[in-house]
Amino acid sequence: MADTLPMRDTARREDAPWLTLKMREAMEAWLFISPTLAGFLIFFGGPLIAVVWYSLTEWNLLTQQATFVGLDNYNDALFRNPDFWHVVRNSVIFAVGLVPLNMALALVLALALSGRFAGVVVFRTVFFAPVVTSAVAWAIVWKFLLQGEAGFINQILALVGIDGPNWLREPNWAMAAVIVTRVIKMVGLNMILYIAALQAIPRDYGAAARLEGASGWQIFRWIVWPLLGPTTLVIMVITTIGSFKVFDHIYQMTGGGPENGTLVLAFYIYQQGFQFFDVGYASALAMIMFVIVMVLTIFQLALRRRDT
Amino acid sequence: MTAFLTRRRIRIINQVCWTVALCVAAIPFVFPFLWMVSSGFKSAAEIFGSPSLVPREWQWRNFIDVFNHQPFARQYFNSLYIAVIVTALTLLVSSLAGYALARMRFAGAALIALLLVTALMIPEEVTIIPNFFLMRWAGLVDTHWPLILLPTFGPQGIMATFLMRQYFLALPRELEDAGKMDGLSRLGVWWRIALPMSRPALAAVAIITFLNSWNLFLEPLIFVSSLDKFTLPLALSNFTDPYGTPLWHLQLAATSLAVVPILVVYIIAQRQIIESFALSGVKG
Repeated sequence: MADTLPMRDTARREDAPWLTLKMREAMEAWLFISPTLAGFLIFFGGPLIAVVWYSLTEWNLLTQQATFVGLDNYNDALFRNPDFWHVVRNSVIFAVGLVPLNMALALVLALALSGRFAGVVVFRTVFFAPVVTSAVAWAIVWKFLLQGEAGFINQILALVGIDGPNWLREPNWAMAAVIVTRVIKMVGLNMILYIAALQAIPRDYGAAARLEGASGWQIFRWIVWPLLGPTTLVIMVITTIGSFKVFDHIYQMTGGGPENGTLVLAFYIYQQGFQFFDVGYASALAMIMFVIVMVLTIFQLALRRRDT
Repeated sequence: MTAFLTRRRIRIINQVCWTVALCVAAIPFVFPFLWMVSSGFKSAAEIFGSPSLVPREWQWRNFIDVFNHQPFARQYFNSLYIAVIVTALTLLVSSLAGYALARMRFAGAALIALLLVTALMIPEEVTIIPNFFLMRWAGLVDTHWPLILLPTFGPQGIMATFLMRQYFLALPRELEDAGKMDGLSRLGVWWRIALPMSRPALAAVAIITFLNSWNLFLEPLIFVSSLDKFTLPLALSNFTDPYGTPLWHLQLAATSLAVVPILVVYIIAQRQIIESFALSGVKG
């Protein structure tokens, strides 16, 4: 790497007098950026084009044959295969359950922990700890806690006379369990983003409003919340896209079940591509995911532009 | 206001209420870790017995059986060395590219930045199928190469590039100009002046990249099939009996072994680690 870069000292400059300074700078810049660019083309650009092509073929890994079938895979997904809409519905339920819960909890925790008081660091450390923990480990422990009769949660519920459901074996409860445990895992991240934003608000704002007789709620509603706007949007983008990407957590906790009750889009792609070896169909699904994520991103960026 | 409820007292009561509420809220964040470790010490028979945080009998043998059930030491080492390599490579590649994007003028810079931003948004599930064929074509399936290459050059690496770029942009140019005057090459300026001044950004990239690699799941699941090539997240889900029923006492003992060291480092360096995540998220 190092010796392929042109050394920029006076002696070398005379070696290559035909290079203007500007060209030299551009050349060096390309060299600096070339590893990233090469990686991008090989592992992202190329595959993105390939996945478009795959999605137009009927290709089962077992038969090793790819035949061009046009938009058949998309037709399958959108109109013929009821599984697809079931999966989309699950993904939307997951996102709609997770994003508001995550953001509201993150905001409340941040409001409680943005000040300085004894123990604030301890609390921040605690609420952030699951973020650095592997999703697989987190899911394993919760799966264990949420076992049927003998699981810890249900034993505790039994103590107060509640007969808890078999959380991960009933579709609706499984979805709820996956959402809530995911929120607990990830809320720390949004919490610290909110804390950073809250600490950037000058103290005088609140103090001035208080002098004018504003209540705590009024200060929050009319001063703090609007100032948090840009942060809220960033968090919304990150959290929504993140919720469509969730895979390891669900793979480990429910395996997409029961009765496909927690089968979400990312999992469905994995299942079709790497368990059923239906490469064409899985690629069409991947393209659909690509479009969904792009639309979400552009939509939210547009919102952001309008607001600022 | 009665004499009893002075302003000071109200503040104290308020504070106590908040603290109690936070303690209650903290339970689902702390308890799984405690329960994980305590259950790792229980016998298979006791594990679903009456719930108690302290095992009736401390079964240390679980932590030996973990290593007999599968090549867990080897898998642990795999995770460690892969994470170290990915971190080192990402630091190198992202700081080079980030420096070029921040400091150097060249045609196409804006286009490249735009392309990289799109890659940042796209989940790896979208490109994982072609990447699988690419790796198979290159003969790299069931090796650790995909687990090193894909994160380094994927969204995570690009995020690191932008983080570095942002940091370089905020550095004063004067020192670098002085370095150029003294006859340093571009590479010299990057290595001797820009990088030493960017320690916080480098630390942030290192922390996030390491954790990300350590916790990586989809790529190992798809690319690795031999037991002795597994990484930790994959190994953890593999503590089952031949019928696929989890051997909870072993699984939780192994999970403890994987999680506790990270938690210890996290608790020691929590300030630095939390700041790193804040830094990477703000630019979002």
